[in-house]
Amino acid sequence: MSTEVAAPSHTVPLERTWWERNGRSAVVWTARTVLIVALLAAWEWSAERLFDLTFTSRPSDILTRLVEWNADGTLWIHTWITLQEVLLGFGLGAVTGVLAGFALASLPLVYRVLEPFIMALYAIPKVALAPLFIIWFGIGLSMKVLLAAATVFFLVFLNTAAGVREVDRQLVDAVRLMGGGRREIALKVVLPASMTGVLTGLKVAIPYALIGAVIGELVASNRGLGYLINDAAAQFDTAGVFATLVVLSVIAAILNLGVSMIDRRVGRWKPLEARR
Amino acid sequence: MTGPDTTELLRIDGLTKQFVKDDMGVVALRDFSLTVERGSFVTVLGRSGCGKSTLLNLVAGLVPPSSGTIAYNGRNVTGPTTEIGYLTQSDTLMPWRDVRRNIEMPMEIAGVPARKRAERSRELIATVGLDGFERHYPRELSGGMRRRATLARMLSADPETLLLDEPFGALDAQLRKEMQTELLRLWQGSGQTVVFVTHDIEEALLLGDRVVVLGRLGRIVLDKPIELARPRDADVLRVDPAFVALHGELNEALKEGAKT
Repeated sequence: MSTEVAAPSHTVPLERTWWERNGRSAVVWTARTVLIVALLAAWEWSAERLFDLTFTSRPSDILTRLVEWNADGTLWIHTWITLQEVLLGFGLGAVTGVLAGFALASLPLVYRVLEPFIMALYAIPKVALAPLFIIWFGIGLSMKVLLAAATVFFLVFLNTAAGVREVDRQLVDAVRLMGGGRREIALKVVLPASMTGVLTGLKVAIPYALIGAVIGELVASNRGLGYLINDAAAQFDTAGVFATLVVLSVIAAILNLGVSMIDRRVGRWKPLEARR
Repeated sequence: MTGPDTTELLRIDGLTKQFVKDDMGVVALRDFSLTVERGSFVTVLGRSGCGKSTLLNLVAGLVPPSSGTIAYNGRNVTGPTTEIGYLTQSDTLMPWRDVRRNIEMPMEIAGVPARKRAERSRELIATVGLDGFERHYPRELSGGMRRRATLARMLSADPETLLLDEPFGALDAQLRKEMQTELLRLWQGSGQTVVFVTHDIEEALLLGDRVVVLGRLGRIVLDKPIELARPRDADVLRVDPAFVALHGELNEALKEGAKT
C-alpha cells in the first residue's frame, strides 16, 4: 500500500524574479501610498480656497495640533485612559462571555429557556444602556469599561455557545468509542472544537470594545479620547476633532492587526466539514 | 452455526431499533439475531438503508437497542468498550490534532505513558504506510490517508474485535484493493474478530469467511460460509467458477432482500 505515499507533496524549486514574487503587493502598497498622499494634498489645497477652514480644518493644522498635544502630554493622558477602558472592557466581556458560553451551551435545556431573553438583551443598542450605567456607576472609568464589556460579552458569548453546540456528534462518539467519559469529551473534543467559535467571537468583538468605550466617553466624561472630541468640538476646534479621530483610527488599526493575528492562528487547522 | 460454546464471541438476539421522528417510530432494524464466532471474518452485505450501520452502532454500544439483547463475551453490551474497535463510515479524526496525536488519542485516554504511546504510534504509522505524515493535520491528507490514520487510531487501542462500516467505500478502486489486502494482512494471525459491513458483493466475497446478506430492516436473506482459499486475489478469483457461482447467489439474495 504505497502508491499514494509519495514524498510529502511534490515540490519543485522555482526561479522567480523579485517582481514575480513581490510585484502584486508592491503595486498595492504603492497605490495605497499615492492615494493617501493625493487625498491629503487635495484637502490641504482646497481647505482655504474652496471650504471654510472652521469646518474642514486641514492636514497641516491637524499635524500641528497632534504635535502640540504630544508636547503637553494631552494626547497620551487621554489615549491611555481610552486604551485602559478598551482593554479592561474587552477582558471582562471576553472572560465572562466565554465562561457563560461554555456553561450555558452544555446545558441545552437551560439554553433553550434563556435564548429569547439573551437575544432580546443582545439586540438593545448598547448606547441606550449608558444613562443607566451612569446612574449605577457614575461617570468614571467603570461605566465605560462596562459599556464596552456589554457588547463584547454578547458577541463572545453567542459565538462560543454556537461553537459548543455545533460540535460534531461523530467526534464525540469517536471519543466514547475510545472509552472516554464526560471529562474526556469536554476536554478533548468540545473544548478544541469550540475554539474556532471562541476565537471568532473574540475577533469580531475587538472593534466593539473601542466603540463601547468611546461612546461611553462621548455620553459623559472628563477624560479620554471621546471627551477630547467633545471638548474640541464644543470649542469649534475642528483640527482637534480630526486629530483625535486620527489617533482613534491608529488605535483601531493596531487592534485590527491583533485580529488578523488571531485569524492566522485559527486558520491553522479548520474542521474538515468547513472545507467541503 | 455453533451452539453456546467458547467459540461464540458475539450473540445478538431479537434486536430491534426504532428512532423517534415526530410522532412516528421509524424502524431501522427488526428482530435481528446473529452469532459471530471468535476469530472469524464476517462480512455483512446489504443495500444502503438495510440497517447495517444501525446494527454496528448498536453492537458498538453507541446507541441503546429498543428491544433485544447483544451479548459480547457473555456480557450484555450497555455502552462502548475498548475491546471493540469501530471504524465508522465517515472520518472522525480530530481536525486539530496531527496524525500522530490522533493515533495516540485512544492510548491517551487509556492512560498509556507518553513514551510507550510514541513508540506504538510510530509502529502503527509504519504499518499503515503513513511515514513522513506524522505531523500533518487531517485536512492536509487525502481521503485514503485519512482512512489509514483512522484505521491506525482504532488499532492503537488493541481491540479484539473490529467493526468496520463500509470502511473503503469512499476510496478509488485501486486504493480500495490495497486497503483490503492490507486489512487481511493485519487480520491474519492476529486472532481478531472482524465484522465488515459493505454493499459490494466482490468485497464481501474477497474478505469474508462468512457472508450474511441483509434485506430490508435487517432481515437475514442468506448466511453462507465462504470457503475460497486464502490468500484471495481479486483478479484470479473473478474467473474462478466457484467465485462466479457465489457472486450470482449473493446477487440473487440482494435482489430478494430488496423485495419485501
